[in-house]
Formats: sequence, structure tokens, C-alpha cells
Amino acid sequence: MQKVKFDVLESTCVPLPFENVDTDQIIPARFLSATSREGFGENLFRDWRYDKSGNKKEDFVMNNSQYQGSVLVAGRNFGCGSSREHAVWAVTGYGFRAVVSSFFADIFSNNSLNNGLLPVVVPEKYLDDLLKTVADDPGTMVRIDLGKQQFTILPGGDPVTFEINPYKKECLMKGLDDIDYLLNIRDIIKAFEFRNTLKYENRNNGYDPEGR
Amino acid sequence: MTPKTLFDKIWDNHVVRSIAGGPDVLYIDQHYIHEVTSPQAFEGLRQRGISVFRPHKTLATADHNIPTKDQHLPITDEHSRIQVETLKENCREFSIEYFGVNDPKNGIVHVTGPELGYTLPGMTIVCGDSHTSTHGAFGTIAFGIGTSEVEMVLASQCILQTRPKKMRITVNGMLQPGVTSKDMILYIISQLSSGGATGYFVEYAGSAIESLTMEGRMTVCNMSIEMGARGGLIAPDMTTYQYLNQIPPVSTRNDFKSLLLKWRSLKSDEGALFDRELIFDAAIIKPMITYGTNPGMGMAIDETIPAAGNDEDGTASFMKSLDYMGFTPGSGILGHPVDYVFLGSCTNGRIEDIRTFARMVEGRKKAPGITALIVPGSKRVEQQVIDEGLDKILEDSEFELRQPGCSSCLAMNEDKIPAGKYVVSTSNRNFEGRQGPGARTLLASPLTAAAAAITGRITDPRELLNK
Repeated sequence: MQKVKFDVLESTCVPLPFENVDTDQIIPARFLSATSREGFGENLFRDWRYDKSGNKKEDFVMNNSQYQGSVLVAGRNFGCGSSREHAVWAVTGYGFRAVVSSFFADIFSNNSLNNGLLPVVVPEKYLDDLLKTVADDPGTMVRIDLGKQQFTILPGGDPVTFEINPYKKECLMKGLDDIDYLLNIRDIIKAFEFRNTLKYENRNNGYDPEGR
Repeated sequence: MTPKTLFDKIWDNHVVRSIAGGPDVLYIDQHYIHEVTSPQAFEGLRQRGISVFRPHKTLATADHNIPTKDQHLPITDEHSRIQVETLKENCREFSIEYFGVNDPKNGIVHVTGPELGYTLPGMTIVCGDSHTSTHGAFGTIAFGIGTSEVEMVLASQCILQTRPKKMRITVNGMLQPGVTSKDMILYIISQLSSGGATGYFVEYAGSAIESLTMEGRMTVCNMSIEMGARGGLIAPDMTTYQYLNQIPPVSTRNDFKSLLLKWRSLKSDEGALFDRELIFDAAIIKPMITYGTNPGMGMAIDETIPAAGNDEDGTASFMKSLDYMGFTPGSGILGHPVDYVFLGSCTNGRIEDIRTFARMVEGRKKAPGITALIVPGSKRVEQQVIDEGLDKILEDSEFELRQPGCSSCLAMNEDKIPAGKYVVSTSNRNFEGRQGPGARTLLASPLTAAAAAITGRITDPRELLNK
């Protein structure tokens, strides 16, 4: 299925200078009972944004109207913990299109790429400076060029290059989907199964080479 | 031939094809699903108008948000009830085996998979749950995935994955009395930090690992994700085979003997190269406890909380964490009052864990003021607890046995720890609000949890062992 394409993004940023932000903070477990992908954005960072009575916590950056934009800049090891893709749906649902950090938890990174959210990995020192720059001047604009794999502070900052898997890059730029790819090679998968005559075919059910 | 790691042997066996410059198409032998991370995947299949490619390679269980009391009654929370009913309905529609609430095979997905014989050495195993790493204890490549990837597996029995780097963690020597596999992994995570193994898949080796039971190995592999690793695995050996030999669906297979032969090759070759190697000494590990809000913030129970570091953001995160916990740098934690104790989860909800806890509390009473949640990991564990008379021991010591589920580990059901309260928990995560909004979690072993439950305070379990 065609997904939203990612090419070039220019935006202001929201700084979140904490390390090890886990997916339980991004979307607490009590909001995981939904059966659709919609509506998670309103509970993004729920317990940091709101107090027990549901009032906004004024000292949290997302409640400070100075800080806006579709790029989230966060401390290292962003998205650690639970594999819940709901965390990515919360981040995109709120309106972010890219997250910048010095490294991401593996599962969060995969989940992001599968939902058109770009994880941008920059060097630790660069991230520290970026967090300060954005905190000091909420109007700071940045440019993310996926094609060139460059992140730049505008105007005139030196671009920093970021890594992305070439396959995933193509998927994001063309709005392609891994499932379409896999569905297209079902015959190759069947041949693989046949070759391996499934060594680990388990228990109650017999191997069924034709599928069901 | 170039010597290979165990990880690479299993991975290479499952590569359907490699995409140039990209990920591998990895074939999945066993897929587990539960109610929370699967509904959107099934919805995706419906939108595409496709069926499940290999329905008999997926097994479903309801565990994350089910109540642990009165399971014969309908689930009262509407969202949870709908989610569990949706799973049941999806499994019916797509012909997937489903063990719902009250089914004698129900339980936490990472407890039931191994005990029912679905998890076997050499497999690739995934589930929309980060603690899928548990199954690595059997010499499998097992890791957590997101819901989009759940949909991929349902649609094609494959996912696209980039081969991770490999790390070997060798633990030599013997654990001291009163020190458990949980302390071992909490110690390792405290040494690596909560992101220290990101990008890696870990193989655990060494005499201390080899001397662990399968339950102990599962506890170690379970928490691999808590240092950022995708998973952790242990080469199968006699301990593994003896465990599997007790499971009739496995031991009665016609090909059991040939499987045993084949499993012998499941080990890293002499001279195989790892991207990173770490060696620890089991003898220096003490009972561990966490003091902060990620599992890397752990220390020996008799140590003091460290001082803040030098870098600015690191210090801000560290102080935010201690503020949340109500602790200060440099202070000790022994003797600190405790309000709740949680024994359970995919980390420590197996029969061995409940035996350990029961032996410690036997002949003693729960401290007044402690609320304890004793939650078996599965219906089978629950039955075993009853068969072994452990429920009577617990009852005599004024502990109540709950029904199986993930329970307070992530507090999606009613088992929430109230704000500001301290809980000694045998689960895997001490994140802010993990066990309920404002709850303060201290991760520890079942022994340390039992010691806290009896004394009402953080207590070194070794003090109670021989009394």
C-alpha cells in the first residue's frame, strides 16, 4: 500500500533533552487498548504533558507554545523498552515527521521506518549543541534532505551526514511498503520452505506446502 | 571453513534472500501474538484482502490486559474486553490457534511458548513484544517486533531484517548463595547501561550460564532487551534437552532423536569472531536492586546510589530519575520501607521463581502494610503451584495467589501500583509509570522480593537465608 513519501523537510524543532526516553513515556501502556492506529497523538508523553487531574504541566516543553515543529530532537537511546509500535503512531499522530538523536533503540527505529517517520542519527556532540541551539532559539529552522542524507541547521549551518539503509531510504522516498515487497516474493518463500522441508515443523499441524 | 557464531548459523539457515545494500528476508519458524500488538496487523490484512500465509506457525494467547482475579467473569474494562474479543475473533477468522483466558494452556506468551513445546532450538521466533528474547534460552534467534512486522509475518511468514552485530557475554565461575540468575542479568545491565548493547545480538556463555536451569536462562535472555540488545541466546546443551524431554509434544515426536543430533551443531565454533566480547566473574555478583527509572540503574543491594555524572544532559536525566524515585545520590537503600511486592511476569513468573519465593516465606508472615501480588506466569505454572502445595505455604504466610497474566509488570489491567508507592518487583522494567502512574519500581530477584515482603523493607535476602 502506498505510504506518505519523505523527501525534504524544513521545520522548527521541539527539544527534549533527556536520555533513554522509553516507549512507556512516549505512550503509557494504559492507552494501548485501542484496536486501530488512530488517536495516539493526543496521549503522546501523556504523563509528562499532563498532571493527574489532566491539567497541562507548564514546565514541559510541548506545553510551551514557543516550541513547535515537525522535528523532535531528543537525547540518546530514544525509544528504548517495549516494542509497541503505538509509540511511533503517537509521535506521528502528534505531527512529528522526523526524530533526531545520537542513537535509537533498534525496534523503535524499525517501527519508525515502517511508518514514514525518519530517525536521524547525528553525532553525540552535534546533538548536544543542537539541543542547546534549539532550546535557546525556538525559531531555529533545520533542513532534512533524505536524498542527500543531510541534516542542516538553517541558515548556513554545515550539513551533517546521516546513515540510512539504502533499501529503507528508497522505500521512504517512494512511499513503498515492505509487505508489498514480501507479497511479491511469496513464490520464492514457498520454494525456500520446500528446500528446507521444514526442519522445525512443529507439533499438531503437519507441513502444508500449498499453504492455506 | 570460517568458524561461525551460533547466531550466524541460525540466521544463515533462515535467509530466503538478501536485498542488495539492504536487509535480509528472514524466514520465521514460530510467531507468537497477543491481544495488544496484533489487532492493527489483522486489520491490515483485511484492507489488503489477503489471508494468513502459514496460520499454523502463529500461536495466540491473551495475556497483557487480562485481570488476575475472577477470570471466569467477563473482563470489566471495556477497552480490554474488546481487545481480547478482537484477538479471539481474528484467530477464528484466520484459523490461528488461540489460548484464551481460562484455557488450561493460557498464560504469558513467553512462559507458555516454551512450556508447551512450541519453542525449539535452532528456530527463528518473533512476537510483537520486546521480551521475545526470552526464547533465546533454547538456542533460538528470538526478538521483539512492531505491529507492521507482525503483519509482514502473518502475510508472508517472513520479515525484512538487517543482520545485527554480535556480542558474546561470558560469565565464569559460580554464583554465591542467595544470588540468582536475575541478579546476574541486572548486574550485566548495570555494567553495560540501558543502551549499551543497542545494535547487537548477545550470546551468553561460560560456566555460570551453563550451570543455570532453563528457567534461569530464560530470565537472563528475557532482559537482553533492557540493555538495548535485540535478543540474547544460549547454546543448547544437556539442560536444554532434559527440559524438552519432559514436554510430551516434543519428546514424543518421531523425529525427536534426529532433532537431538541436529541440535548438537548449535553452538559457536571455536575461533568464531564476535564484534564485542565481555567477560564477567559470577562470584563477585551480589543480590542486585535498581534505584532509578531504567534497568541500567542498578547496584548491589548493600551499595549506595552513585553521584551524578559530569555531562549536562546525563545529569539532568539522572536527577529527574532520582527525583521520581524519591532518592538522593550517595544514599543507601537497605532498610528503605516498601509498600508493594510483585512476583510474576515473563521474567520471573515461572515455577522455579514461585518455589524460590515460597521457600523464603515458609514459616514466616507477610509484613503488615505490604500488599503482595503473586502472579503465576501461566495456567500450567498455577496448576504446578497447587500440585506442589506451594499455594498452602503462601496462604499460611498470608500471601494470596492470583491467576496468570502480565499483571502489574505493565499495569494494563487493574493491578496498578498507586502513585508514590514503592514496589519491589521481579519484572523487567522500572520506567516511570510502568507499574501505574507515579509508581516507584525497584527491580530485584524473587528472593529479594520475598525478603522485602517479610520485613516490609529493602532487605538483603542473604540475611534471611539461614535463619
